[in-house]
Amino acid sequence: MPVAVPAEVPLLKMRGIDKSFPGVHALRSVDLSLKRGEVLALLGENGAGKSTLIKILSGAYRPDSGKIEIEGAEVEIGSPSDAIAAGIGIIYQEFNLVPALSAWENIFLGRERTTAGFVHRSEQRKLAARLFEKIGVEVPVDVPCGRLSVAQQQIVEIAKTLSQDARLIVMDEPSAALTPQEVDRLLAIIRDLTARGIGIVYISHRLDEIFEIADRVIFLRDGEHVGEASIEKLTLQSMIETMVGRTIDQEFPEHQHQVGEPRLVVKGLCRADVVRDVSFGVRRGEVLGITGLVGAGRTETMRLIFGADPLDVGTIELDGVPLQIRNPRDAIRAGICLLTEDRKSQGLVLGLSVLENFGLPNIREFSRAGMMDRRQERAEFGKYVDSLKIKIPHHEQLAKNLSGGNQQKVVLAKWLQCNTEVVMFDEPTRGIDVGTKYEIYLLINQLARQGKAIVMISSELPEVLGMSDRILVMHEGRVVSEIEDVASVTQQQIMHLAVG
Amino acid sequence: MSDHTAGNDKSGQNVLGRFVTDYGMVFVLLLLGVLFSMLTFTEQHPTGADAGVAVASVVANQLGAGASVLIVTRDTAGDSAFNEAAAEHLEDHGVAVVARVQGSPADARAAIEEALASGNSIDAVIANNVTAKWTVYARYPEVGSEKIVKPDPYYWPTFLKSTNLLGVANQTAIYAIIAIGMTMVIITAGIDLSVGSLVALASVISAMLIRDLASGADTGAPAMVLCCMAALLVCALAGAFTGVMVTAFKIPPFIVTLAVMMMASGLAFRLSEGRSIPELPRSFFWLGSESTLGIPNPVILMLGLYLLAHIVMTRMSFGRYVYAIGGNREAARLSGVPVVGVLLAVYTICGALAGLGGIMLASQLAAGDPKFGLMYELEVIAAVVVGGTSLMGGEGKIFGTLIGAFIIAVIKNGMNLTDVDPFNQKIVLGAVLLGAVLIDTLKRRS
Repeated sequence: MPVAVPAEVPLLKMRGIDKSFPGVHALRSVDLSLKRGEVLALLGENGAGKSTLIKILSGAYRPDSGKIEIEGAEVEIGSPSDAIAAGIGIIYQEFNLVPALSAWENIFLGRERTTAGFVHRSEQRKLAARLFEKIGVEVPVDVPCGRLSVAQQQIVEIAKTLSQDARLIVMDEPSAALTPQEVDRLLAIIRDLTARGIGIVYISHRLDEIFEIADRVIFLRDGEHVGEASIEKLTLQSMIETMVGRTIDQEFPEHQHQVGEPRLVVKGLCRADVVRDVSFGVRRGEVLGITGLVGAGRTETMRLIFGADPLDVGTIELDGVPLQIRNPRDAIRAGICLLTEDRKSQGLVLGLSVLENFGLPNIREFSRAGMMDRRQERAEFGKYVDSLKIKIPHHEQLAKNLSGGNQQKVVLAKWLQCNTEVVMFDEPTRGIDVGTKYEIYLLINQLARQGKAIVMISSELPEVLGMSDRILVMHEGRVVSEIEDVASVTQQQIMHLAVG
Repeated sequence: MSDHTAGNDKSGQNVLGRFVTDYGMVFVLLLLGVLFSMLTFTEQHPTGADAGVAVASVVANQLGAGASVLIVTRDTAGDSAFNEAAAEHLEDHGVAVVARVQGSPADARAAIEEALASGNSIDAVIANNVTAKWTVYARYPEVGSEKIVKPDPYYWPTFLKSTNLLGVANQTAIYAIIAIGMTMVIITAGIDLSVGSLVALASVISAMLIRDLASGADTGAPAMVLCCMAALLVCALAGAFTGVMVTAFKIPPFIVTLAVMMMASGLAFRLSEGRSIPELPRSFFWLGSESTLGIPNPVILMLGLYLLAHIVMTRMSFGRYVYAIGGNREAARLSGVPVVGVLLAVYTICGALAGLGGIMLASQLAAGDPKFGLMYELEVIAAVVVGGTSLMGGEGKIFGTLIGAFIIAVIKNGMNLTDVDPFNQKIVLGAVLLGAVLIDTLKRRS
């Protein structure tokens, strides 16, 4: 550790934190301590209690019992402003930035330096620029945050916590929406922060990052502290097993797909300058992996095929039949479905029940002359609840009350029921715990065995390599490489292709 | 796992819980009913045919056949039913009716003098609670106030009298019918400010068409129905126009319907040249002012439409689409929901129901008038919100809106019965609207 601090006084100490919600004991007497300049990784499956713990730190929830100490002094965190005053900065997965305001306006939002109500613009712009300089990243100070990239927005969030003199920063899935280089840069920033004595609580499902950045790991399972170890003493295998609470033989299931004739064939797809002349085919029983950096046009290409965005030029054929797809409705009827990356804003209607979400694309199947056959709908959904092991108390449970993994399963169920011939997955395992990931992989392989054509977009290279029969690499809206022999390439080679 | 067990209550318990969540306002309505029943508990005087028969049978039993009786009432519809029924009953039991007075004390005096002059005796006077108080009888020793027989008073809340309750329902019907369309629009996360103006427009168009094309006494119902359909169609088209603006051009519904509100109102004034159109045949009033089996026709129409709308919203794919679009328009589109078509349909339905409301109002008030429907949009939106529909979209129940409309109507009625000053009534209604939303917000938070 490059920091000289009295190690005996921890920066943060949480003792016996207990929190219950109606029907759920979310945290059971959890202890946690963090030293200055240390990166502590918080690991656990979805629903293990990580979010609850963070929300207690941020002042969003009050613990039922337990104590929080900052540098040896007990603090009461009853509101977000208490947390800020205590030197705790939280960077959520979904950023808290006002899209229409610039970086500096966001950084000083609510704490503007003013004289008689007039904001000291130039002074604050300079301060913001100095913060970015300190972090070592250039971010345009005057551009509305809504127009910055995800990585830049994250830097703005980090700058904001630094401007609040945070001594401790909690990062919830900070790498989820970043490209590999952006992740590298983030990790470099974190090292820099720790070198200055700031403590980091790091939450991520990407275990490779944990090995790279964390000093120590705390495992949570079902709201309990189930293990703690310094990073040198852990292996990928032992990490996964401690998290899941059972042994997992391998990360990706075996697959031997019987690849047949081409099914989905697209030629010359174009849309403005995000998708440029993209052509490819997917064959019967094949899993086609598409990778690339964020913004490479992967999602945009899938949205064109699905009719979610209008196509400028290009043709789409399924089993040799040209398709006219003007909207998602046409695509679904033609036999193409898309499982979007963003479940909450695109995959589910959160205010509807899981049953109603399941029925949405299948309403034609479940209705006669406009009248719903709810018994049939319920029966069909029941089958998926069993086969996909969807954990819900009843079918009327609202979609918003499910964990990420279960939400993804409901999305899966609704599209499986459509029984389309082409299934396109966009980041199918993002934000999903290890156990559920494996189940999703098994399901993808099963669909391939049924003779369907599968397209899988993923930024996680191990996943792309572990699951695909063939890989397309995209860069700036174009397919830059097609890899037939997946076994012979390495992550580094793909990365090289992806950066152009 | 914490997240999935978050709602691990049994689904059996859930039925009651969900009813309370969805229709909790029923209890508010019942509570209001109890409150106003207590506040208006007072002496009631029976009226109408039943009361007439009851009094006549008392007289017939006491005096027996051969007696002669005078019946005195005022000249009102309820009184003449009382008068007629009493006379009929007396004659059936062999009691002679000396005279039947329907009018003022002067008429009663004339009748008494005439009867006495022609040598008749008056053994009893059947009167009601008003005419019994007249002093005219005491002037004649042959009559005297002790011979007056009137219906026995009883104690009952004025609020709970069937005439009052039906009146409340009748006054609410038009608002409630328009609120069906508004509920659908608000569930899609939209709003329709044009309904009030469409009420005026529909009343003017239907009244003008009937006056100009179907006003003859011999005009049959079909011609009148056609005129009303034309007015309905215009309003449906106005709704469809809103739908096109909202979907094709993505203009916020608040702005589009604000513009349509002004245009429709202007059009109504233009067509009618700012005047009321009262030249309507009596048969046109059937829809708004008459009853079937004792229930006012608007109330029957309202109940029928609510039942239909409830089925559409809960049992049909269309309803599912409406909720999905309001809950998350993009997710709905990506699930294959025909978003544009559903939104067009919803605004069209809302326009058409506002048109229907306008025709009913014209029928009820016996005229078409461009000044009708003023502020109806706010009244209707208030009913929807009090009924528990979220302005954010995606949530709401059709019958919740009916309850909301009735809560507002009952409060208004109750305040009228308890003589609350109209200015204070407005303050109370505003507070009620706020209170309803507050309850809803707190309920969601817990």
